[in-house]
Amino acid sequence: MSVQPRRAYPSDAVSDTVRLSGVGFGYEATHRALRDVDLTLPAGSFHFLTGPSGAGKSTLLTLLTLAEQPTVGTLHLFGKDVTAAPRRDLPAFRRRMGVVFQDFRLLDHLSAFDNVALPLRLTGGTRADYAADVEEMLDWVGLGDRMDDRPAAFSGGEKQRLAIARAVVSKPDLILADEPTGSVDAAMGERLLKLFQSLNRLGTTVLIASHDEALAERSGATVLKLDGGRLTGAAA
Amino acid sequence: MIGRLFNARPSLLPRDSGGEAWLAGLIAVLCFLACLSAVGAVAADRAAHGWARQLRAEATVQVRPRVGETGAEAAARAAQTLAGVEGVDEAEAMDRATAEALLRPWIGDAVLPDLPIPYLVTVRLDPVAPASAVTLGRTLAEAGLDATVDDHSLWRGEVERSAGLITLLAAAAFLLTAGAAGAAVAYATRAGMAAQAGVISTLSLNGATDGAIAGLFQTRYGLLAAGAGAIGAGVALLLVAGLRFLGGAEGVTAALPLAWSDLLILSPCPLLAATVALVAARFTALARLKRGH
Repeated sequence: MSVQPRRAYPSDAVSDTVRLSGVGFGYEATHRALRDVDLTLPAGSFHFLTGPSGAGKSTLLTLLTLAEQPTVGTLHLFGKDVTAAPRRDLPAFRRRMGVVFQDFRLLDHLSAFDNVALPLRLTGGTRADYAADVEEMLDWVGLGDRMDDRPAAFSGGEKQRLAIARAVVSKPDLILADEPTGSVDAAMGERLLKLFQSLNRLGTTVLIASHDEALAERSGATVLKLDGGRLTGAAA
Repeated sequence: MIGRLFNARPSLLPRDSGGEAWLAGLIAVLCFLACLSAVGAVAADRAAHGWARQLRAEATVQVRPRVGETGAEAAARAAQTLAGVEGVDEAEAMDRATAEALLRPWIGDAVLPDLPIPYLVTVRLDPVAPASAVTLGRTLAEAGLDATVDDHSLWRGEVERSAGLITLLAAAAFLLTAGAAGAAVAYATRAGMAAQAGVISTLSLNGATDGAIAGLFQTRYGLLAAGAGAIGAGVALLLVAGLRFLGGAEGVTAALPLAWSDLLILSPCPLLAATVALVAARFTALARLKRGH
């Protein structure tokens, strides 16, 4: 697959795509899902985030998608402090991200084609603008012959591939993926990893949360370990 | 791919056929009622203005005979005097038989022969430049006639006030109907947003602005209200046309004279319904999204 960036990545303007300083999340001080997390993801970096269930991986990704705000600490995205960003400012940041959710979050009433096209449609693209990109992406994840099917007709692994196609179709500056290979076989897992790596080589910052430590090691990426809401290894 | 390019893009909001069906039915009924109140107001206003116009075009003069003059003679002299006044088309003394005919339905035959019936002159005024009651009274006085002029202003005022009140009531009914439709759409929008919370969250996390998400709801409910408004207006049109066809120019009653042109009043109904729904859905959706949905 040929992946071309939509625009030159502004790495000269913004050196860190993500920066968390002393971030905690949770409404009870004694039961925080995240505690005192300091983390920097430089532009164009590739990180794996590993840790046992309940370690706080998904919570951290939730903060990065701006679905929640940190209870304490500060969060910078693309060089801007977004710790308490007003709601109206969020779409501009989210349009620079591609997110693979653990529960896929596909729209059941739309076809596979329209699900993958969603980020491009939301930025004002017409069908003519994005049809070729969407079809190419669906071909690449092996669903090119099922463009008109609804998500309900897909298996768990196929849904995951569809969710990944949606996350990367807009060639975002930051990709956040929560267990993106959890429902696919090993071969497809490797293939998806290569997709993330090829996007990373073009300047996209990638953060993958995964249980699969072996895959993380094979990727050659920096591996971050999260346990009990604290970063315990390889933190920046 | 070529076929896909020409396909209409599906809405990003899933359909909620059950909830939307009741909303469409409700809006159709409200539009039907609003159309009837609008036509009723126009018809009542037309009737009131017709009556006021008739009252304005006539005056009644009561003549009191002088000593040595009969009532009939005095009335005839008054009619003759008034016939030459500018702004008077015709003046005619009412004979006793005509006056008795007017009173008979109210008091019967038994007492009529003994009743002192006033001597009246009916004056038909120029509809364009009618003579005033003051002019008529002065002319009669100058002619040596003892007379009282009634230009029906008391009744005319009552009729015009009634017409104004009916118009006001119709406007209030319209506003209430629009408000009820808006409230129904707002309620449906809230329910729709609650039902589609997952879809809204997905759209938002993929970069949709609150305005774009609100736009989905306003488009959905605006179109629905336009269709429902057309149905409500269509049924009202059939009813009004039927009444006009069966009842002629006076419709069913003289108090509500219908005209074919009244049907034109119904034409903006779908547009108005869509506008009310669009505004209600947009403001409701934006308010919900601002509160974090």
